[in-house]
Amino acid sequence: MTTTTSLDRPAAPQPFQRVSGARKLKDWVATILVGLAFVVAVIPLVWLLVTVITSGYRALMSSAWWTHSLKGVLPEEFAGGVYHAIIGSLLQSLVCAVIAVPVGVLAAIYLVEYGRGRVARMTTFMVDILSGVPSIVAALFIFALWIGTLGFQQSGFAVSLALVLLMLPVVVRSTEEMLRLVPQELREAAYALGVPKWKTIVRIVLPTAMSGIVTGVMLALARVMGETAPVLVLVGYSRSMNFNIFNGNMTSLPLLIYSELNNPTPAGQLRIWGAALTLIILVMSFNLVAVALSRFSAIKTK
Amino acid sequence: MAKRIDIKGLNLYYGRFHAVDNVTLSIPPRNVTAFIGPSGCGKSTVLRSLNRMHEVIPGATVDGKVLLDGEDIYDAGVDPVEVRRTIGMVFQRPNPFPTMSIRDNVVAGLKLAGVRSKSRLEEVCERSLRGANLWEEVKDRLDRPGGGLSGGQQQRLCIARAIAVQPDVLLMDEPCSALDPISTLAIEDLITELKKDYTIVIVTHNMQQAARVSDMTAFFNLSGVGRPGQLVEADDTEKIFSNPGKKETEDYISGRFG
Ligand SMILES: Nc1ncnc2c1ncn2[C@@H]1O[C@H](COP(=O)(O)OP(=O)(O)OP(=O)(O)O)[C@@H](O)[C@H]1O
Ligand SMILES: [Mg+2]
Repeated sequence: MTTTTSLDRPAAPQPFQRVSGARKLKDWVATILVGLAFVVAVIPLVWLLVTVITSGYRALMSSAWWTHSLKGVLPEEFAGGVYHAIIGSLLQSLVCAVIAVPVGVLAAIYLVEYGRGRVARMTTFMVDILSGVPSIVAALFIFALWIGTLGFQQSGFAVSLALVLLMLPVVVRSTEEMLRLVPQELREAAYALGVPKWKTIVRIVLPTAMSGIVTGVMLALARVMGETAPVLVLVGYSRSMNFNIFNGNMTSLPLLIYSELNNPTPAGQLRIWGAALTLIILVMSFNLVAVALSRFSAIKTK
Repeated sequence: MAKRIDIKGLNLYYGRFHAVDNVTLSIPPRNVTAFIGPSGCGKSTVLRSLNRMHEVIPGATVDGKVLLDGEDIYDAGVDPVEVRRTIGMVFQRPNPFPTMSIRDNVVAGLKLAGVRSKSRLEEVCERSLRGANLWEEVKDRLDRPGGGLSGGQQQRLCIARAIAVQPDVLLMDEPCSALDPISTLAIEDLITELKKDYTIVIVTHNMQQAARVSDMTAFFNLSGVGRPGQLVEADDTEKIFSNPGKKETEDYISGRFG
């Protein structure tokens, strides 16, 4: 290597200069800062998860936790489960989704495919306002309307209605974004084949945007599932099972956590953390389903 | 099949913007007509007005007549969906439907029009793919997604999709501009093949291509910056390229433009 012949030498002087010291330093500082920001963002998350898991996992170990309600269980007794609250959470959010998803998706289709002029602008404006409404306000509104004015009883369904108000703008917004991502060329390709507009939307545009729409809906659902304000205002607490969303008290996981806060015994503590962990698992599994579904319905090229 | 098109006093607008001024032109059946001209002179706009795709753009309006075998496609009672079923279109960039297999892409027009019969769809699929010179390349992977093909194959897939609905007229907007020379030749051969059955209008920036494939050439130009585009002249391709009637055309064709 020391005996450089004329052949080994580059024909022209090196065109590139080495990275300067100042740039190396900047690069180093930036890397450290970004790394630090990441750590700061992750620490509370990990901390939270660790706390919830270590304090709550024991509750989830018993099979009764998943299969029994708290009916007849004394506050200080390590027994019973949250089956009734899981069912309550699922029912309330599913009924909410059954209402919010079709309405939200149709509204988004209107905004993207048909909406022009004042009506569209008004709709967008309303959706913006709605997405800024705090959950307690949505709950109070439903309370005033459903229970106060229309005279219905408190019920799981009232909760679902409040959740609809919270879920709708998220569904509209995410669906709208996904529909706008569908290239105009695809619509034109369909029109050029003599396909009517509505059929183009149903058979070409929606399938193309489907994976994104499903993801948006699932995330909105996960979000709505943990909402606490509506269940505090709109439905009574019950220690036993209730499958009827239209009648009677109906416990959901947030409501169970809230009411067990009044129970200072170790059994109560365990129930709180156990229910919190169960809620996290539930929400997480919804997110996983969202990922799986979007993989499944994703656009394929290979 | 193959019908003639007569454009009469056509003016095209995007909102307030007057894009194309007063075009009158006859396009004979079973012929290839090429639109040439500098960028922005309104070739695509005129082409898109021939199957009422122009009005899909918000604010875009049309004034004038486009007669298809004597019938005005802009008549009040005419359904644009029917017009587009009769006059197919291939776009500059290949745009297969990303959620569909190759087979479904080809028969998309029929399927969406409600044709169910498996055997009929099979048959149309094969005939259209053969017609687009793509059959041999894809016959073993008809169930694979259309987006997985090469650019040239995708463009031929789009042509197959367009001819699967058996239109009378085929409009092509720079169909080869994203393709390599070999795919380009394949598509040019295909155009020559297709003109037996169809009336074809093609927009191209490639003079050789216009000279190679077209029977008639229409030269469009801008009368000035911000002014609408207009048809300068239209004649037999041979005449346009050897002995054009206007100096403007000669300058453009010989590259002495602007
Ligand atoms: N969607 C649109 N909205 C507003 N103006 C448009 C639109 N599409 C085209 N135009 C304008 O209309 C004129 C003609 O455009 P057109 O696309 O027909 O040109 P072209 O001859 O096809 O050009 P090119 O060769 O670059 O494709 C241009 O001035 C263009 O800016
Ligand atoms: Mg163009």
